[in-house]
This record gives sequence, C-alpha cells and structure tokens, in this order.
Amino acid sequence: MTRGPVPERSASGAFGVLAFAAIVILLAVFPFFSGAYPVKLLQEILIWGLFAMSLDLLMGYAGMVSFGHSAFFGVGGYVAAMLLTKTAPGLTSALIVPALAAGVSALVIGFFSIRVSGVYFIMLTLAFSQMFYAVAFQAAWLGAEDGIVGVPRPAIWGVSLAPPLSFHLYLVALFALVAIGLWRVVRSPFGHVIVGIHDNEARMQAVGYPVNRYKILAFVVAGVIAGLAGALYAQFVGSITPDAFLWTTSGEVLLMVIIGGTRTLGGAVLGAAAFILLQSLVSSYTERWMLILGVTFIVFVLFAPGGIVGALRGRIGVRA
Amino acid sequence: MTGGQPLLSVEQLTREFDALVAVGGISLNVLPEERRAIIGPNGAGKTTLFNVITGHLEASRGRILFEGRPITGLPPHAVARRGISRSFQLTNLFPRLDVRENLRLAVAAIEPGSYNLLGSGSVRRSAQFDRATQVAEAVGLAERLRMPAGSLSYGEQRQLEVGVALATQPRLLLLDEPTAGMSPEETERMTRMLERLPRSVTLLIIEHDMDVVSSLADRVSVLHYGEVLTEGTFDEVKADPRVFEVYLGGA
Repeated sequence: MTRGPVPERSASGAFGVLAFAAIVILLAVFPFFSGAYPVKLLQEILIWGLFAMSLDLLMGYAGMVSFGHSAFFGVGGYVAAMLLTKTAPGLTSALIVPALAAGVSALVIGFFSIRVSGVYFIMLTLAFSQMFYAVAFQAAWLGAEDGIVGVPRPAIWGVSLAPPLSFHLYLVALFALVAIGLWRVVRSPFGHVIVGIHDNEARMQAVGYPVNRYKILAFVVAGVIAGLAGALYAQFVGSITPDAFLWTTSGEVLLMVIIGGTRTLGGAVLGAAAFILLQSLVSSYTERWMLILGVTFIVFVLFAPGGIVGALRGRIGVRA
Repeated sequence: MTGGQPLLSVEQLTREFDALVAVGGISLNVLPEERRAIIGPNGAGKTTLFNVITGHLEASRGRILFEGRPITGLPPHAVARRGISRSFQLTNLFPRLDVRENLRLAVAAIEPGSYNLLGSGSVRRSAQFDRATQVAEAVGLAERLRMPAGSLSYGEQRQLEVGVALATQPRLLLLDEPTAGMSPEETERMTRMLERLPRSVTLLIIEHDMDVVSSLADRVSVLHYGEVLTEGTFDEVKADPRVFEVYLGGA
C-alpha cells in the first residue's frame, strides 16, 4: 500500500525520511569504525548500487530489460578518466560532462533500440555495448586494451577529494542525492506513466500516450545515472579499462537487480551489496567465484523470484 | 438528430492484407451525438475498420475525417488525442495496477504534466483521482477502486475496458463488442450502463447481440465482406431480406 489516507501517509513518509537520513549518516561515518578494506567494499557497493538503481528504473519500472547497460557505465568512466587526466580535475570534468556524454549515448542507442521489444531489445542493447567495447579496445587515443590509468581524484569547490575520507563523503553524498532523485522520479507523473507502459504498452498508446518518447526519456535518465556511476568508478579505481564496456559488466548489474528485487530501487542496492560481499568473501576461499555466483542466482530465481526484497516482504505480489 | 457536418466521415476506405481485402471501399458518416451500431458476420471487416480508424492499421486507400480534419495515417496516440477513444474486443487493461490507477492513467493521458520527472504532481493527481472515481461509478466499479484489474471478474474487466476508453473524455467512443463473452445478466448491466452515457459522447459500436443493438443504436450499418451492405434504423435493417440472407449464409 503506497497511498494510504493522508495522515497515515505523512506518518510513514516521515518514518521513511528519518530511516533514510539514519542510513546516510551511518554510511558517512563508517570509516571511523572500520578498516580500510571494508570501506573499499562499501564504496564499491555505493557505486554499483547507483548503477543497479539506474538499471532498475529501466527494468523494474519501465519494463525494458537492457543487456547493454555497460555502454553508459563505460562512457561515463572513459569521459571522466580522459578529462581528469587531461584537464583541470573539477566538478565539470569529474561528473557533469561524463553524465551528459552517457546521456547523449543513451539518446542515440535508445532511439534505435526502443523500436523493438523483448529479446530483440536485449540483443540490440547488447550489440551496441559490444560495439563500444570494440572501439575502446582498439582506439589508441583511449589507451586501447590498457585503458586509461592514473586518473586523479578531482577537487570540487576548492576541496580536494584526494584524502580518503573526503572521497568517501563525496561518494556518500552523491549516492544519497541520486537515490533521492530516483525515488522522486518513480513517484512522479512520469514514473507512473512508465509503470503503465510496463504493464500494457499498447493500451497506453491507445489512450493517447506517445509511448516511445517516454521510453527514450527513461532510457536517457537511466543512462545518465549509469554514466555517473561509471565516472565515480574510474575515480574510485584510478583507472578505466575496456572491460567496463564488456557484456559481463551488463550481466553483473542485471544479476544485482534480479538478486535484490526489481521495482524497488532499494532492492538494487541490496543486490549490489550481496553480490560484492559474496564475491569478496568467496574469492578469498576459492577461485570458483563464478560457480558460486551461478548457483546463488539459480537459487534466487527458483525460490525467491522477488529477490531479497521480495523474500523480506514474505511473499511476492505485496508490492505494485 | 439533425443534419449538418458529420463527426466522423469515412470515405472509400480500403485495407488489404496481401490478396485479402478486409475493408473494401467503406464509406460511412456518423453524426455528432449519434449512436451507431456496426453489425455483420465474422470476417466482415468490422474490427479492421476500427483498427484503421484508430491508427492501429494503415489504410491502403481512402480517407478518414474527424470533425472535418483528416486523421488518416496518424499513430494511435495522436488519434486518441484528437478525441477518439476505443475499447478492445479482447480485454486490454493494466492487469497489475488497481482499477483507480487504470482509469487515472487514461484521464491523465490527455492532460499536460506527464513528462514531469521530479515533482509529485499531487494537485493534478488528486483531480485525476476524482475524475477516475467518477468514471468508476459510471461503469459500476465504485466498489472495486483499489483492486488490481487482473483480479476482477470477467464481466467487471469488460466494464473497466469501457471505463478506460471513456476516461479520456472522448467525443467519439468506439466499442468493439463490449458484451463479448458476457452472461445475459452482465450484458443487461452493460447495456444499461451504455444507455446512461451522456449523448455528447458519440458511439460507434460493434455488436453481435441484437437486443443490445436494438436498445442502443439510432442507426445500424451492416458490413459484409468488407463492404457496407445496407444502413438504416434497426427496424429497417431487420426487415431487409439481404441482411437475413447474409446472417443465414454466414451461419
């Protein structure tokens, strides 16, 4: 029940705001209570969490299952890496231009891809992302297979993000901002339209919605946020390689959304957390990380099709 | 009914599927506030005619005018925005959304503000909910507002099917067999509901149930093999031996 009577809604809304604020504060102060490695893991989760939320907007809300979401992550990462290494590392080069470049890529890829649906959409988005991979792998000016290394962390409004703590706070702040933004998008009039398109695209068209425009817009918004995640990833790792574009990147973020639970946003972040923690845990014991991942995925699809969030809610169908 | 300019004017409309002529040169004028039934045996081209009018199919030849302006070749959403709405023969709803949201989406389709990404749109939204509730009352679903459309009974889904078409506040409403598959009681209820619609909504209705046709329609067009066989009041059409023949021949 998302829309109860007014008093109930404002009460649960206030609770939600408090819970969100508490989580953000906990994320921000985490480095004071923990070693360097868990902080690294948390930062990785925040970045992939952003990436996964952007895919959930497409998959869970608009019903567009993209298998080429790595294209925008890669564009954001490469543009940020190039600008940060070659120009003054500020807000524009670290975030704004990378996000815009990813948005423009999404506009172009979306223009062609949204004309088809289902498995054809999956194949077309995959093909586009692999094209980007091929270009990055070949182009000397992009560092070819070595990618771009030595990406410095930017200084924003005069504050250098080179110290670990300021970089951590920068990540947490961006994560919180984007999460709030996406939370608003899925509850906006536009958000309700894309949910309608997910449920019955033909009927949306018949009652008067030019559905392709909404689908492109959803694709661009998701692309911009994926680009932002890619830009942050390049700053986090200090480099970017063609693997950012590879289909396995799209596959991993897709798994995160499915494991976490679609159409919840929060589920995507939980999925990213589960994926990254499991990977770090398992790979310290065995090299067969992919095997364990595969089994985990099968277990989720068979026994918890609603993902972590679906399982927590007890049964599927409570959402909607 | 008075004379004057027709609301919908179909001129020599043809739609071919390869060698098959589904609609072969149909001409049809529907006056404002008229209630027109389209009858004819299966395969007469009734649904194809609807699909061409609403832009779901392209016309091979011919022209369609709505309020004197050509709408031939417009995509479905643009036709809907001109003021033509339709219901479907096979129920075509938002199964996972509740009844109120099904209707609200249709209400909001013709309003601005649906590209609003970050606002809540709450003022407009509550007005849309009010309007959705009114439509739910008109189609007899006031008690079902918060139920997912997919969990309604078949008859209720048919009512909602008409409701979604009605919620866009069309000037012309095309109903494709609204009583298809309904029990006699449900058919009776649907007929009453359609009778109660305001006259300002012009109706074009495909229907097989002759009781429904006789109680609703001002005029009847009989389609046969993609052409208009005859047109007139229900009694005139009923008395036409050719109509009798077509139905008997088709049976």
